[in-house]
Amino acid sequence: MAITGVLVSVDQFLNIKLDNIKVVDEERYPHMLAVKNCFIRGSVVRYVQLPAQSVDTALLQDAARRERQQPAASGRR
Amino acid sequence: MDGFQIFTTSTSLVESVDKKLLVVLRDGRKLIGILRSFDQFANLVLQDTIERIYVGDTYGDIPRGIFIIRGENVVLLGEIDEDKEDELPLRKVPVDEVLQIQRAEMEAKIKRERERHRLLSEQGFSVDAVEFGELY
Repeated sequence: MAITGVLVSVDQFLNIKLDNIKVVDEERYPHMLAVKNCFIRGSVVRYVQLPAQSVDTALLQDAARRERQQPAASGRR
Repeated sequence: MDGFQIFTTSTSLVESVDKKLLVVLRDGRKLIGILRSFDQFANLVLQDTIERIYVGDTYGDIPRGIFIIRGENVVLLGEIDEDKEDELPLRKVPVDEVLQIQRAEMEAKIKRERERHRLLSEQGFSVDAVEFGELY
């Protein structure tokens, strides 16, 4: 089952909360018709696909490099 | 960076407590009940639970009562939209009927699977596991 929706929350287990969901291949999953928002347990997630335009890869790369250079300063533990 | 940390706050089910939820389990079962408690593993307590069995465009309900669900079996929790709930293109039928349809479908599937198995082994292919497709 594949679900698209607005990502509202995610935690360290990859538990995911989605709003305004739409199930791909809806007629195979009739139980999801009345569901609008959902929580997905991280352990059952195969993959998360993000729309390319909402991911700023340059910014991510910069952040990752900065973290690598000074792991102690940017890590929060 | 602060902007990103908003998204990494832990996911909590607090807002879903006392609401009617649909819980999908790893074995494909669908439970509908009121969420009364949960913990960090997504262990759940459901009250006034029914098990809903869907076959084609029909469904049937079995009253089950109180559930304590071990988190590892949970696939998904869905909040049921009351407005959408009433206008579903589905038909409610008595449980016995839906179980009967379900059994018929399962038998047909097994029959198809056996036939496929037979044809494949005639061609010299070995099929070890019977696949029943995606469970959830």
